[in-house]
Amino acid sequence: MKVIDPHTHMVSRTTDDYLALALGGIHTIAEPAFWPGFDRSGVASFHDYFSQLTVTEPARAARFKVRHYCWIGMNAKEAENLALSREVLSILPQYLDRPTVLGIGEVGLNKNSRNEITIFEEQVDLAARRNELLLIHTPHLEDKLKGTRIIMDILRNEPGITPERVLIDHAEEHTIGEIKDNGFWFGLTLYPDSKGSPARAVDALEIFGSERICINSSADWSVSDPLATLKTVNEMRRRGYSERSIEQVFYDNPRGFLSQCPKFSVA
Amino acid sequence: MTRPSCNLTAQEILDTYFLENRARLLEIASFLDRMDRAGDAAAGKEDFRYQAFSRALGLLMEPVGGRTRAIQLSFSDQSTEPIASAVGLKATGAWAGGGDEGN
Repeated sequence: MKVIDPHTHMVSRTTDDYLALALGGIHTIAEPAFWPGFDRSGVASFHDYFSQLTVTEPARAARFKVRHYCWIGMNAKEAENLALSREVLSILPQYLDRPTVLGIGEVGLNKNSRNEITIFEEQVDLAARRNELLLIHTPHLEDKLKGTRIIMDILRNEPGITPERVLIDHAEEHTIGEIKDNGFWFGLTLYPDSKGSPARAVDALEIFGSERICINSSADWSVSDPLATLKTVNEMRRRGYSERSIEQVFYDNPRGFLSQCPKFSVA
Repeated sequence: MTRPSCNLTAQEILDTYFLENRARLLEIASFLDRMDRAGDAAAGKEDFRYQAFSRALGLLMEPVGGRTRAIQLSFSDQSTEPIASAVGLKATGAWAGGGDEGN
């Protein structure tokens, strides 16, 4: 079974995890830029982080024949700081041009504040001007429904953005329908406590269908599992799905979305 | 009759998932008992998270289908205006403004 994990944060994981990915058949991954668990003090920290994403991690992954891609952007959590955010936005183009960068992400909203919306709108504008793919972070828990709706309103109002080039991530049962109805791709994230389980992810497949869905681990520094996609593969097997239909969800779908960036090719 | 959207029969679903969900049900019961045993149980039950949890439990017993979405909606912020600032705020899992409106 070949699996692509389209959303994982390997800067927070051990090198052993790369071996586990390779042994499990996950040979292609994409890592969005996000919040490290603390607010950074200046733009220099983002230079270092974007360098880590575009130089260090691809090299670390390559030792295990894992192909590492990334997304570059200003995360919603730190976007509350407008001055820092605009400094970070000013350095994005030099990293977006690097050979393993797939687009702008993960950007979006965290608590649905005015500053978060301002910085998100500026990154949507940048994506439209550069014709970049967009990976969207939707808020957590009680803020998800409201934030997902605000995000979709902003995206729909930008004529340079086409829904098929946008993946709205961390979707759950109460947001999937609206995301699909608006023509966007959607991601399901497998977190033991705060998002979905393998069983709920397969329930969503059964209810909403497999078109335009990408399932990911979003494995990071918090409670998460870099092999969560494989556990969901197993859940599909438990329910009697064919290997071909499983491969469509975990390989064909993410390849289909990510291949819209000409830099992307599978390992 | 609508077309089944799950490959498994009801019997297979019970065979596969009953035990793990029985365990989850007991975890919830134990969580509620733990709240009852707290010295400040009455105050704790006024907390918006406990109130939201209690409403969600009621939704579990709703008729066929849509329980997961209904519970997700019951925990969600139903407002539409952006907040002024996110400084110092984090997600709690339930909306402090919930409880007065339907889903």
